[in-house]
Amino acid sequence: MHFALFIATVVAYALSLALYLLFLSTGRVLTGRLGTLLLAVGLVTHYFALLERSRGLNGIHTVPYHDLYGAMSLFGWLLALTYLGLELYHRQRSVGALVLPFILVFFVAAHVAPPDKLSPPDAHGPLFALHVTLNILAYSAFALAFVLSLIFLVEESFLRSHKLGDVVWRLPPLELLERMSRSSVLIGLVSITIGTSFGFLWVYRLSYKYSFYDPKYAITLVVLILYLIYFLLARTAAWRGARASKLCVFNFLIVFLSFTVVNFYLSHSHRFF
Amino acid sequence: MEIVLVGLNHRTAPVEVRERVSFTAEQARRASEELRSKGILEETLVLSTCNRSEVYGVPPEASRECAPGLSSFLSEFHSVRMDVLGTSLYHHYDREAVRHLFRVAAGLDSMMLGEAEILGQVREAYRVAHDQGATGPVLNRLFQGALEVGKRVRSETELGTRPMSVASAGVKLAERIFGKLAERSGLVLGAGTISEQVIAQLRDRGIARLYVMNRSRERAEGLAKQYSGDVLPWGDWKKVLPVPDVIVSSVSAEDAVLRREIVEQAMETRANRALFLMDLGLPRNIDPSVGKLYNVYLYNMDDLTEIVAQNRHARENEIPKADAIVEEHVGKFLSWQASVELVGLLNELRAKMRDERVKFVHMRVDSMKHLTETDRAFVEKLMDEMLEGLVLEPAQRLRGEKDLRRKIHNVEALRDLFLPNRGKS
Repeated sequence: MHFALFIATVVAYALSLALYLLFLSTGRVLTGRLGTLLLAVGLVTHYFALLERSRGLNGIHTVPYHDLYGAMSLFGWLLALTYLGLELYHRQRSVGALVLPFILVFFVAAHVAPPDKLSPPDAHGPLFALHVTLNILAYSAFALAFVLSLIFLVEESFLRSHKLGDVVWRLPPLELLERMSRSSVLIGLVSITIGTSFGFLWVYRLSYKYSFYDPKYAITLVVLILYLIYFLLARTAAWRGARASKLCVFNFLIVFLSFTVVNFYLSHSHRFF
Repeated sequence: MEIVLVGLNHRTAPVEVRERVSFTAEQARRASEELRSKGILEETLVLSTCNRSEVYGVPPEASRECAPGLSSFLSEFHSVRMDVLGTSLYHHYDREAVRHLFRVAAGLDSMMLGEAEILGQVREAYRVAHDQGATGPVLNRLFQGALEVGKRVRSETELGTRPMSVASAGVKLAERIFGKLAERSGLVLGAGTISEQVIAQLRDRGIARLYVMNRSRERAEGLAKQYSGDVLPWGDWKKVLPVPDVIVSSVSAEDAVLRREIVEQAMETRANRALFLMDLGLPRNIDPSVGKLYNVYLYNMDDLTEIVAQNRHARENEIPKADAIVEEHVGKFLSWQASVELVGLLNELRAKMRDERVKFVHMRVDSMKHLTETDRAFVEKLMDEMLEGLVLEPAQRLRGEKDLRRKIHNVEALRDLFLPNRGKS
């Protein structure tokens, strides 16, 4: 069952990517719609693959971020979900071809390795699940904003240098990319604020075991402030455009730092989220 | 049920001839009526645009035989001598006529490759002829096919996607930055031909507000009135430049009209809100260093001409794809046409067999005196059933098997073989 779901998800995402690429080169509406449909199919099968994986962890249904691979798979799923939401909201499919590779890589990387045998975390229950899920949702939304900002910067440089090529005519307008990026950051900001609040609630409950001085808290606060600054500045006329996009790219580098170096080497209460 | 096309277009006739042979809507109606009342055509449709005048029809006799009559009709209808028309007119029949129309609808035969307007013109010509009752089953099917080809080529190829004029390229570039222009404003400096082309494009793309500035206020007012814009006094840059998102300049001036410091000051006032500038003046109207300012996108005539050339090349690369769609639909139409003709042929064949059966019964069965009336009726019934079976089976196969219809290329040859003494259906 697990293998069948894995194959179904890979096929759905891969076909969706192929159709999005075809849409980017030909602009056929039907191709784009099929790409969206297959992304939705991939999301459903990916969800059941996550469920299967979490069942395999300890015999009961739980959130699948117990190990690195589960966290990566959930990250990929939430990235796909956030992207699909933005695509439907902004009615713009051209970015799909550039987001799908990330989703596919995260899913495949997460599912080719078996679950590791780490002991489960001390915290359990819906609040803890929400804490982790919302924070991973925030990271995936920031990742999406990062991709959108990169596209903005590339397209803007093409437009400024008058080298348009074939793809620029297919990419979303600069202003739409800015709006999509802001929407994505807003989702991330709301998620990280609520998710982190739940985390602090659990720290308070488990205060006998964890201190309030984990470096992860500090960097999460920095991330939150940086994205808040981006969100406020990106709406001002002076920062709109390349400056805001560069800030968004920089912010994601801090997120990446938080997700990797801080989690692996500095934090004592966070593993993979 | 053959198809004939007689016409001329921008490739075969100079504008002096084209304008003399073009049809107004009323003339198109009248020509259709006359062609049918004179018995030259059974079904007619006149397609007349600024680049072509074409008459499509279904003649009562072999299509090649009616072509001279059609040419003469055009000559008389427009009072243009045949020696003037002669070299400009082209005649296409059946497959070639179908292919020609489908290529026209696809924009492959247009002066500007892939232009969108022609499909609307074909649709309108068909609507007029259909409402008039001038079309029949053949032209209805033909023009419905043409409209489908036009739609498919536009949705499945990039033949019509990229801008092909400097004005439209500039406006499309503005859309790359701002998205839809419905909430944007534009300022046009100058009131000449190029300015008017850009204004028309901006209006076509739904720009919200349009301002015109010109040294001669009178000309600016004329242009502004025509395109529902507002006139602004020339030279008040400080007040004007912070407002528009798109600025187009096409004025005659020896020095730059918009110098860097003017635009720099305007960008400060507009708090660096993005600004798209099209410099269509020669010599250039906008200081080139303006393009280096933050959130300013500056394109001059050479930049836009280069983009148009690239787009033309990209459109030309789409021709094979569009032609493949045309050929697919030509095949479909001819297959449909063959099936209709074959069904007609089978009906005629059945009628002929019945006649033969009556003669046969009269000659052979009537002499068999030992047969009762009931026996004779039974024999006749059996023969009828056998004849029905002979015709029914191929008729059903014709309806169901597309490949079979494609294989039968020449229905007329079959007609000549089985019904040598009969006229066409």
